[in-house]
Amino acid sequence: MAKQYETVIGLEVHVELATKTKIFCGCSTAFGGAPNTHTCPVCTGMPGSLPVLNKKVVEYATAVGLATNCKITQVCKFDRKNYFYPDNPQNYQISQLYLPIARDGYVEIEAGGHQKKIRIHEMHMEEDAGKLVHDEWDDTSLVDYNRSGVPLIEIVSEPDMRSADEVMAYLEKLRLIIQYLGASDCKLQEGSMRADVNLSIREVGAEEFGTRTEMKNLNSFKAIARAIDGERARQIELLEEGKEVIQETRRWDDNKEYSYAMRSKEDAQDYRYFPEPDLVPIVISDEWIAKIRTAQPEFQTEKMERYKKEFEIPEYDAGILTGSKKMADLFEATTAICGKPKKVSNWLMGETLRLMKEQGVEVDDLKFSPENLAKLVNLVDSGDINSSVAKEVFEKIFTKNIDPDKYVEEQGLKTVNDDGALKAVIEEIIAKNPKAVAEYKGGKEKAIGALVGQTMKAMQGKANPAKVNEMLKEMLKA
Amino acid sequence: MTAVELGQKIKAKEVSVMEAVEAAYAQIEAVEQDVNSFVTIDKESAKKRAEEVQRLIDDGALTGPLAGVPVAIKDNMCIKDMLTTCSSRILEHFKPAFSSEAVLALEKAGAVVIGKTNMDEFAMGSTTETSYYGATKNPHALGHVPGGSSGGSCAAVAAGECSFALGSDTGGSIRQPSSFCGVVGLKPTYGTVSRYGLIAYGSSLDQIGPVAKDVTDCAAILEVIAGHDKKDSTSVKREDYDFTSALVDDVKDLKIGLPKDYFGEGLEPEVKEAVLNAVKVLEERGAIVEEFDLGLVQYAIPAYYVIASAEASSNLERFDGVKYGHRSADYEGLHNMYKKTRSEGFGAEVKRRIMLGSFVLSSGYYDAYYLKALRTKALIKAEFDKAFAKYDVIIGPAAPTTAPELGKSLGDPMKMYLGDIYTISLNLAGLPGMSVPVGKDSKGLPIGMQIIGDCFQEKKIIRAGYTYECATEKQYEQLAAIGKEA
Repeated sequence: MAKQYETVIGLEVHVELATKTKIFCGCSTAFGGAPNTHTCPVCTGMPGSLPVLNKKVVEYATAVGLATNCKITQVCKFDRKNYFYPDNPQNYQISQLYLPIARDGYVEIEAGGHQKKIRIHEMHMEEDAGKLVHDEWDDTSLVDYNRSGVPLIEIVSEPDMRSADEVMAYLEKLRLIIQYLGASDCKLQEGSMRADVNLSIREVGAEEFGTRTEMKNLNSFKAIARAIDGERARQIELLEEGKEVIQETRRWDDNKEYSYAMRSKEDAQDYRYFPEPDLVPIVISDEWIAKIRTAQPEFQTEKMERYKKEFEIPEYDAGILTGSKKMADLFEATTAICGKPKKVSNWLMGETLRLMKEQGVEVDDLKFSPENLAKLVNLVDSGDINSSVAKEVFEKIFTKNIDPDKYVEEQGLKTVNDDGALKAVIEEIIAKNPKAVAEYKGGKEKAIGALVGQTMKAMQGKANPAKVNEMLKEMLKA
Repeated sequence: MTAVELGQKIKAKEVSVMEAVEAAYAQIEAVEQDVNSFVTIDKESAKKRAEEVQRLIDDGALTGPLAGVPVAIKDNMCIKDMLTTCSSRILEHFKPAFSSEAVLALEKAGAVVIGKTNMDEFAMGSTTETSYYGATKNPHALGHVPGGSSGGSCAAVAAGECSFALGSDTGGSIRQPSSFCGVVGLKPTYGTVSRYGLIAYGSSLDQIGPVAKDVTDCAAILEVIAGHDKKDSTSVKREDYDFTSALVDDVKDLKIGLPKDYFGEGLEPEVKEAVLNAVKVLEERGAIVEEFDLGLVQYAIPAYYVIASAEASSNLERFDGVKYGHRSADYEGLHNMYKKTRSEGFGAEVKRRIMLGSFVLSSGYYDAYYLKALRTKALIKAEFDKAFAKYDVIIGPAAPTTAPELGKSLGDPMKMYLGDIYTISLNLAGLPGMSVPVGKDSKGLPIGMQIIGDCFQEKKIIRAGYTYECATEKQYEQLAAIGKEA
């Protein structure tokens, strides 16, 4: 019988914090910008410059630490990690090794129908590096230091995950917590959340861990899942062939769905860590921790409970609405304006999800405003437009965030409430369709459907079908 | 004439700022060829600045004691658009985009920068012979070194090429050359003067301080450059910055401790005698003098060279040829570029310390060397704490010898390192110290007395030094002649 293998996975997750300025200087962290425009002597490592810690970074990191059940290191320090590379302007990165800001935490995940705790080994603060741009034609490399000094936290888990599903659940959970805290937007594609996967395999039942590899360059959830499957298969194949897994860092190529060895343990660099002498220890007082704890937002579980109780939203729907900060924010903001939670929920759960899927839009990239959705809810509620018109209008809101009041007015989509005009059209329809009229009068009630349809068509959709139905019945009685 | 005296004459319109600046350049013209105090002399911008400062003085906008006074700056402090080389080839053509805080403070007070002074490369050395731009000579005896690493600043003040200068002190780099050149040099408490713009050697030990002709000047300069700076996280918000208020001719009941270890083996008898005579002067004026045992003195040098080299190995990583400074003309690929650039750009002493620092930080050795050195540092501080519970100041020599002859030191680095024995523990403990000239040896070479204070007790040092000066002949008045004999 073939051997059964278990996959053992630990993650190192880097998250870019949402501070307006960099970790050790006043430069902007804004994305984009012409190369080297968000720079100063500090983040380009000019001689004589000195770092000054951005307090907001400590605050965000502490908040994430608390929300992931970590112990906060109340006197923590920065260390220098020394390595030569041009994207690293000082040739050392200011990071934390000896006294990281948070340790010994966990998050609870749900995967494959069971609950599980994923332990967090430690979390530390550090600065991001710049970006190298290779000019193949000119055979030169250029450096853009706009990202240099952008604050990061690195969250290192214990090797507690056993499948790609668990990894996804863990990442989703971290993302949700951090987004709810407002500490980062956690976009994998833009690199504001990055994960390195440490993976080893062992025979089911074995106590010892196998030799692990570290996989880098994973920039989407799908890539992570594929890389895990690919690396698991590669390691199993090696073992089955009687070969050894080498401890090394590998780079995942998502196009080729294969990983390449970057460097082995033997040529692992000695980073010569030592305490950063240009910064003083950070003291995080009990009061500060208490303040950060009090300022923590309502997280998903509490929010779900509240939606169920306060708005009578069913469990499943509440789960989806709170499944991302963006969706929950949209729901709450729209509800606050129009006061109709159930209807708002219906739009988000129905048309919004449908269009997202159809157009391949991620929830964080939703562009429409709560104001416009609230207006639409009110237009439908007051009977000013009917539901099929509403769907058409919503699509415009979804794609272009148009103002529905204006749009309905300009396109003349309002339901005609002028009974005289409607009556005239119905009379005409009755006159033109003697057969259907006879059938209806003969007791075949369904026949009225055709008449309603024709009337709506003649009205170009701008009538309230219920009202047409009612008037038809009234007029056919006579 | 001291800096403060010159400032008064400028204020009284007896001397114009331009005259003061031109006089400095005239002296530079006369002696620089022999002394080589400067790496960069910037006459043009100094003259322009002199006109500006004169206008501000005339308008009453500048009234401080240093307004219009010519100053020289050690070449490891950044000055915007002025060559700043750290006396290294690797920063050959480097012009910073900003000025260091200490220089900005001086400029705000109206001092006129006339140039950048020579130093040991990246402040590593005790003789100013490791400079890529040639050794500086001791103005009192041109066959001797001026000391280091702030040798250029001390020689320039001693030779009258400027009224005062800024130096930096990581292990004695202000006090030892001040002693060798017969000038007054003060290393303040760590954190007193902003390090922003000072190109770091050993970040946890580096401190900028004044080099001047007398104690009054030192106090006045320190008052200008000291201050809390948000841009330097290790900068301290002090309660007192009024250092000139300590210029009081009185040491009655001041308790002076003389560490026996500072007067023992290895100390030249002439140096010992001169320092003890100076202590006697203070005793005669009412100070209470007592000998005591200061522990752990012998551990200061190894601890210092581990910590300073470790920090230096990291601080100097940024000099890689990528963004500024020297880059090798001929290389293949990134790593070869790094290797060739740094091999060509750094001198032997710098390379030695980078290697030593990299070694003590490497995995497997960190605990045995670096951590042990940090613990030693803490113990040394505790020893001083004990001493300062009993004494107001501690006095000893600044260096075991007077200035050695040129070319006699670099061949034996261990011996050179041991020359830092009396100065180095102050940097490890963060303490302030000042070297005050107390006479000359039989060869005519100056001798310095080091007055050491507890953290933030510069005023006690200044008071002791000032009282000594008041009681004795002014040393700086003997400085004008450039000694070619000795």
